[in-house]
Amino acid sequence: MHIVVCIKQVPDSAQIRVHPVTNTIMRQGVPTIINPYDLFALEEALRLRDAMGGEVTVLTMGPPTAADSLRKALAFGADRAVLLTDRYFAGSDTLATSYALSMALTKIASEFGKPEIIFTGKQTIDGDTAQVGPGIAKRLDYNQLTYISRIVETDVAKGEITVERRAEGGIQLLKTKMPALITMLEATNEMRRGAIETALKAARAEVVTWNAEAVGIEDLTKCGLRGSPTIVKRVFAPEARSEKAQLVEVDGDAGAKAEALIAEIFGRAPAVEDDMREFAATHH
Amino acid sequence: MTDKPKAAPPAAGGRANTKKELPEHFKAYKHVWVAVEIEHGQVHSVSFELLGEGRKLADKRGVELAAVLTGDDRATLDAAAAQAFEYGADVAYIVCHPTLAHYRNEVATTVMTDLVNTYKPEILLLGATNLGRDLAGSVATTLKTGLTADSTALEIDDDGSLAATRPTFGGSLLCTIFTLNFRPQMATVRPRVMAMPEAEPGRTGRIIEHPLELNEDDIVTKVLKFIADSESDTAQLPYADIVVAGGLGLQSEENFQLVKELAAVIGAEYGGSRPLVQKGWITADRQIGQTGKTIRPKLYIAAGISGAIQHRVGVEGADLVVAINTDPNAPIFEFAHLGIVADAVTLLPALTEAFSKRLRVNRLAG
Repeated sequence: MHIVVCIKQVPDSAQIRVHPVTNTIMRQGVPTIINPYDLFALEEALRLRDAMGGEVTVLTMGPPTAADSLRKALAFGADRAVLLTDRYFAGSDTLATSYALSMALTKIASEFGKPEIIFTGKQTIDGDTAQVGPGIAKRLDYNQLTYISRIVETDVAKGEITVERRAEGGIQLLKTKMPALITMLEATNEMRRGAIETALKAARAEVVTWNAEAVGIEDLTKCGLRGSPTIVKRVFAPEARSEKAQLVEVDGDAGAKAEALIAEIFGRAPAVEDDMREFAATHH
Repeated sequence: MTDKPKAAPPAAGGRANTKKELPEHFKAYKHVWVAVEIEHGQVHSVSFELLGEGRKLADKRGVELAAVLTGDDRATLDAAAAQAFEYGADVAYIVCHPTLAHYRNEVATTVMTDLVNTYKPEILLLGATNLGRDLAGSVATTLKTGLTADSTALEIDDDGSLAATRPTFGGSLLCTIFTLNFRPQMATVRPRVMAMPEAEPGRTGRIIEHPLELNEDDIVTKVLKFIADSESDTAQLPYADIVVAGGLGLQSEENFQLVKELAAVIGAEYGGSRPLVQKGWITADRQIGQTGKTIRPKLYIAAGISGAIQHRVGVEGADLVVAINTDPNAPIFEFAHLGIVADAVTLLPALTEAFSKRLRVNRLAG
């Protein structure tokens, strides 16, 4: 079975700082990581391969430095890494991104075999849109399985896959045909530690690098800013509220502070006091 | 490299297509649509919130607001349409078909793209739920139009351009996104981000039935079973009246117990900031903020949460925000209504005790 995992290299969001004057993102020195949600997808792919045989290819689109994340994925145990990089892709929104990735996936299918399953994380931590996975599925006509919490069964002979999907108010048990695109829910598995030999091999491994032309993109107006129907017109910091918090200042121990704070809360929100009293009367 | 000529790449930092030149065939697109989400016979609250927001956009633009309802039970759909009218819809598009008993991407995408191509809405809004996000991505890709996820504010220009504002870069900044030259302009909005509108009892509208020519045999994906969550294992955060949450200021997973103890005494739901999910102290469904749940409680107590923008956008709809933090310069004090500079680890148990005493006394007195 051939499985492709689409990953994204993202800035470690905990370390992003906004320039106080220009309101722009200060990218310098911000370390990059594999989008944490993608690790659940990668681990699930590796488990399937280990159980059923086959290969796992990791694919990313990004600047040349995104090869670092691909090498990390190889160190975890992926068999092959493909980097799609071209300055024509700069500024792509989700529609343009899914176009470029679907072209790379078509090339992967012809060079290394058609993937039965394409995995992605449920969303990225920088864009947070969850739109690229469904975009790829639609473009490649793969059956779309989003927010998957468990792969129940994979029947390669029949070409069928059964999964549990997190839906509103419950879990859907779904059965569909491969090829399928799966976006994996977080906390569904735990990423393995890569073996040291694998890590050593990964450090020297070749990352297959393709540009727009290499994946057969002839119409460059489908790429980057020009291929993006959405336009970011304004980036700004949220306005500060005109008043700051009223601070409750009390001398004394925590008990005195707590009493003063509760008096303020109930003074401002009498309805809340009624709710709490009703709750206390029925639950204690 | 190649010697084949290539078009010049866009200038760095440049903006392509920022000029509005709406192609002729999109000029017939009119009206605002809301995809109504129905689960187990019930309309999801986010759909009413979207109808409230859609009503404002439609009024500003002088067009109609339509609700799109799909399912397999006509009585349920009619009841949902009646509700949609009361919440502001002028029109309800109904597609009733046995294949629509459960949500499935394939058939739902077929239905929505067919409706859009037939009736041509200018704006299409969906809830940013698992269902809405699953559907929106497929529909936008099929229609090759723009889609803005998790919008927190929607405005409309005089020329009908939708300005969808959303947090970006993990919630450190906001950005306003347009889809100038494609239709429909699509956006998703998370539950509780928009206020629940007032229903207008007795308000009615037109129903337009749309057929679906499809057999179950044509659909590849089958729903074998639906396992409903038991109520106790789902956090009801978005719709809770009182919420207590903790952040890294609690210093340890053990100390997070103090948040739960307070919540238990005052009848609150509990949650936490994003780092706590990453540390494994709480599950993802209890995360409050841009990438977690948006809440609109009457009272929100944030203990040891610094108040990054990512968190702030998730709690802005709260009536009363109370912040407990040791750092008087923490950003949380910029948007809280009430604050106290104190160590949450010592203040939380004191609060639990004081609340518990007050509520007990009140009960005896009453």
